[in-house]
Amino acid sequence: MANKLISEMRLPKSIANIFAARNITTAKDALSLTELELMKLLDVELSEVRSALALVSEIVCPPFQTALLLMEQRAATEHLGGHLPTRLKGLDAALCGGVPFGVVTELVGPAGTGKTQFCLKLSLLAALPAHYGGLDGGVIYIDVESTFTSRRMIEMGASSFPEIFHSKGMAQEMAGRILVLQPTSLSEFTESLEKIKVSLLQNQVKLLVIDSMEALVPGVHEQRAPGQHPLSWHISLITSLAEFSRIPIVVTNQVRPQSHDESCLYPFQVQKMDRILKDRTRYYSHIVAVLGFHWAHAVTIRLVLEAKSGQRFMNVEKSPTSPPLAFSFTINPSGISLLTDDGTEMVVPETCNLSSR
Amino acid sequence: MEVSKLPISATQRGKLISAGYTSLSSICSASSSDISRGTQTAWDMLQEEQESLARITTSCADLDNILGGGIGCREVTEIGGVPGIGKTQLGIQLAVNVQIPVEFGGLGGKAIYIDTEGSFMVERALQIAEACVEDMLEYNRFLRNDCQVKTQPKDILENIFYFRICSYTEQSAVINYLDKFVSEHKDVKVVIIDSIAFHFRHGFVDLALRTRVLSGIALKLMNLAKKFSLAVVLLNQVTTKYTEGSFQLCLALGDSWSHCCTNRLILYWNSNERHAYIDKSPYLRSASASYSVTSRGIRNSTSRSKRIKMMI
Repeated sequence: MANKLISEMRLPKSIANIFAARNITTAKDALSLTELELMKLLDVELSEVRSALALVSEIVCPPFQTALLLMEQRAATEHLGGHLPTRLKGLDAALCGGVPFGVVTELVGPAGTGKTQFCLKLSLLAALPAHYGGLDGGVIYIDVESTFTSRRMIEMGASSFPEIFHSKGMAQEMAGRILVLQPTSLSEFTESLEKIKVSLLQNQVKLLVIDSMEALVPGVHEQRAPGQHPLSWHISLITSLAEFSRIPIVVTNQVRPQSHDESCLYPFQVQKMDRILKDRTRYYSHIVAVLGFHWAHAVTIRLVLEAKSGQRFMNVEKSPTSPPLAFSFTINPSGISLLTDDGTEMVVPETCNLSSR
Repeated sequence: MEVSKLPISATQRGKLISAGYTSLSSICSASSSDISRGTQTAWDMLQEEQESLARITTSCADLDNILGGGIGCREVTEIGGVPGIGKTQLGIQLAVNVQIPVEFGGLGGKAIYIDTEGSFMVERALQIAEACVEDMLEYNRFLRNDCQVKTQPKDILENIFYFRICSYTEQSAVINYLDKFVSEHKDVKVVIIDSIAFHFRHGFVDLALRTRVLSGIALKLMNLAKKFSLAVVLLNQVTTKYTEGSFQLCLALGDSWSHCCTNRLILYWNSNERHAYIDKSPYLRSASASYSVTSRGIRNSTSRSKRIKMMI
């Protein structure tokens, strides 16, 4: 939309010629300047600039939908109204059906908590045929840390869906739908994303898994001076891919413990706080810790996995449709299973203090 | 002397030039009322402000109190906070609450929701709409009113006009297009942009240009708010800034942007509760209030020790 050519917009001849003469060929060029700058550049009256911009804007502006239409459309065309069920009853209930399409879902947790297990299970679920509750499509698994094991995935499949996996050739077909990429550097990752764009837009891929994001950017853990985030282009590409192709995107991330001097406050809070309070309060440590705020804003659902005194917990920490809920789970041959279907509601600071084993 | 060489702001220069005053002598010979076409006296403005006392409730009484009744029309309110604090929740709540019929104390208007991040979840809007209708029925029963609750949750969803924006070009385009759209849908009473920052944080290499484009956008939104007497709500993201020897939180898009909006509300965490703080307002007192996000939407927080803190 942004790259739509002005010449194709049927503006009045005079203004269209002036735009062309000054090298403003796409809508993006026209809308990246302020009205006054355009006026100076094109040397026309402000009113003419305004009416030309109004025309361009109307054409470039995406069509609107009412929220009702959106809901009905999704319910009619997409699997379960746009969700990939995880088969974990409590979690699916909290997420209104499962991992949502069109947005980024993040799995955060220290090493060894089960993030890769969860990703493997989801890949399997997405590849399954529709009558078994799957999306019947391809999966792209970007494995940055080389943790993907096909053997484990087939084991999960055979254990959860014995009737499918023991029939001839099915295991091969299911596994054949999962494409694993193993980029070893940020530039390779960038290239892979570009290539993925094409196959995503051709509607063959139903799930994208990136395991893990922060391994791509060495040194991302240090607090960075403000400037361009190293992954900012990737963040915007990933979110727009999710949106255009209406597929779920699952990303995993690590955490690190927060150090004392990093509890970030607003200036008005700093002014009123005592020294004592400053040391005691901890604010959303792990949201800041991994990849920073920019990434955290781009993520719609955040699931935090942790292990506390021998038990594993999956916490729904950021979700538009669910309060913070904690589910205890175990890892078994068929993947992940919840110990109880009802999550326990958490009080916020518990989510902040991730304790390591 | 040419007007273009006068040491005045580009906007004023542009205004003078577009009004036909190109040299200093032409300005000198005009009377002040000629040049000041399009201005009003403070008294006229007061009359206007009295008329538009309509405010959109946030469904949380404490929050409404510090906001002077709710989000005001004819002004631009910026709401910022860390991820997960409830900005989108508040945005959806306002999109639903603007539709509360006049008999129930609302504006009976429609909403435009411009989504730049994809965080608008229809299921959540349905949940909030259903809770709103239930609350209205409850209110009716309680007061044994004669007015019927005719709205259904689906009707509420039908009155939210949803735009999904994927680049800053589309964002500028939709804001330019709003003027025409709202003229055709005169009952729109709130425009929510979620979030204003997302596309401007990457993709703009020239930061000075970004500042100029953003202030142009802010001006257009302000004009839109005044022309159609609607409320504009901008949701903003958070970033860190290195000041006074440590990293502090601040809203994204820079210092110049922070001047652009009429009111600024910051949502933050304070000892496991969500709070809202009036950071900037020409007429509201600096205060903070707590609120909570429930399955029914934004509501009062239930903690026992809450109180509104006045911070002057």
